[in-house]
Amino acid sequence: MSEAANFIKLCAVGDVSQDLPFRAQLEGTDLAVFQIDDAYYVTQDLCTHGPGSLCEGYVDGDEIECPFHQGKFNIITGKPTAAPCTEALKIWNVMVKDNKIMIDPASGHVATP
Amino acid sequence: MSQPVSTLPLCEARVAALVAGVVVIGAGQAGGRAVETLRAQGFSGAITLIGDEPDPPYERPSLSKEMLHVTDQETIAWVQKPEFYAANKIDFRPGTRVAAINRGQHSVTLEGGDEIKYGALIIATGARVRHLNLPGASLQNSHYIRTLADSRALRQRLVAGSRVVVIGAGFIGLEAAAAAVTRGCAVSVIEIGSQPLGRVVPAQVGAYYEALHASHGVKFYFNTSLARFHQRDETVIVETGTGDMIPAETVIVGIGVIPNAELAGNAGLPVERGIIVDEYGCTADKFIFAVGDVAYHFNPLFDRHILLESWQNAQNQAITIAKNLTSLAGAVPYAELPWFWSDQYDVNLQMFGLAEPEADCIIRGNPKTKSWILFQLKSNRMICAIGMNAARDLRPARDLITMGAVLKSEELADISVPMAEILRREKRERALVG
Repeated sequence: MSEAANFIKLCAVGDVSQDLPFRAQLEGTDLAVFQIDDAYYVTQDLCTHGPGSLCEGYVDGDEIECPFHQGKFNIITGKPTAAPCTEALKIWNVMVKDNKIMIDPASGHVATP
Repeated sequence: MSQPVSTLPLCEARVAALVAGVVVIGAGQAGGRAVETLRAQGFSGAITLIGDEPDPPYERPSLSKEMLHVTDQETIAWVQKPEFYAANKIDFRPGTRVAAINRGQHSVTLEGGDEIKYGALIIATGARVRHLNLPGASLQNSHYIRTLADSRALRQRLVAGSRVVVIGAGFIGLEAAAAAVTRGCAVSVIEIGSQPLGRVVPAQVGAYYEALHASHGVKFYFNTSLARFHQRDETVIVETGTGDMIPAETVIVGIGVIPNAELAGNAGLPVERGIIVDEYGCTADKFIFAVGDVAYHFNPLFDRHILLESWQNAQNQAITIAKNLTSLAGAVPYAELPWFWSDQYDVNLQMFGLAEPEADCIIRGNPKTKSWILFQLKSNRMICAIGMNAARDLRPARDLITMGAVLKSEELADISVPMAEILRREKRERALVG
């Protein structure tokens, strides 16, 4: 993992809960910050199928269901798990420090199928 | 999720599909999802996809929504990218109609005379719009919304300042009305019933949509039948049964759809509204299946046959049936709770379950605002939930309905209790009992 200096803050730990993901911004792009148990994950906020915001969606275990068409993604891998979604979400490496949720902007990547 | 069960008839269809291939009639959402799923499951047999439209499978919901709002760009939701079909060895035949199903020969005859053999046949012919049967009404002066071509033609007509008459205040008619208003048209809606959406949602939701459209300047004519259309140059004058004369540059008709079940009926398969199939999508012929809008299917959740004209049903029924055709693990019944959505102005409606006229209605939140929910309960069990701009709070209702949870109406009406919390409690209690 990279040096902490490469990480930038998205939000505070208290901003996100299991039921309510947090919408953060990175250089004008909306990101979704998720909590699963004690761990935090960051994906793109925009669904890869349509104009749905995943932060407005329904968290079910380690999956996020888009509020638009009920397509699903695995929050940890970004991979689509239910139709109509076929393309994976971009995900970032996350670090939690001093109650701050941070990502390495350069770590954004899409899982290969 | 239901456990897979072994069904012997499906085994025969599975083997036949591998040997002689699968033919899918209808290249809409259902047909597209069926062939996509067959290949995703590793099915290696031949696949032929026959559609009468020129395009590969696409999703239709946007045709009455986003597509009508602009003229300079299109956001078409293809089921798969157009190159997918050839790349996956799917023999896709656009612009092609099937003339007959020959059950004895296990083949279909195309209108051009060609014959294609099948091991298993999936009928996904969908539905067609019901046409106005009215003096003066023609395809030249009445716009229907079913295909990409329909939507492209209509959106060119929605010019600011022009007058639009919408016949039918169902979801399609109201979405088109909202699009026309957004484009700057003056919109009137004529409806035979006493309020919008009368056949599908409780009166409170219909009243909400009436007020929403009225606030955008839409003029409603309820309890109003039609007498005839008069054509005056470029203007259509809609004469109502009560003698009103309503002029319009554009008339949009949304009075329902008719399942395309004739092919099946002509082949001797039982048809009642749609093609009668069981919970495995199987018709009376064990080698022939029907999915999507055309399938009058047995749904175990309701313990009866239902016909659903929805995006969700077209997609998920096709996926389930295609999986069953390829899975060696056994078959899973298609038993999904109906889900539906509509976008009008800045209001997104979502609905789980089927509304019933006699059920108790509970309101959560304030219908005077843009965000509220209506629950329907029967014997304290939820059967239907309709949310306006409340997708996340509404979503737990899906599970509460399928669980058959016994609920308190005061709690459901209390917006300080998150629906997710109610669902968690119900799941916990079940886990303890179970």
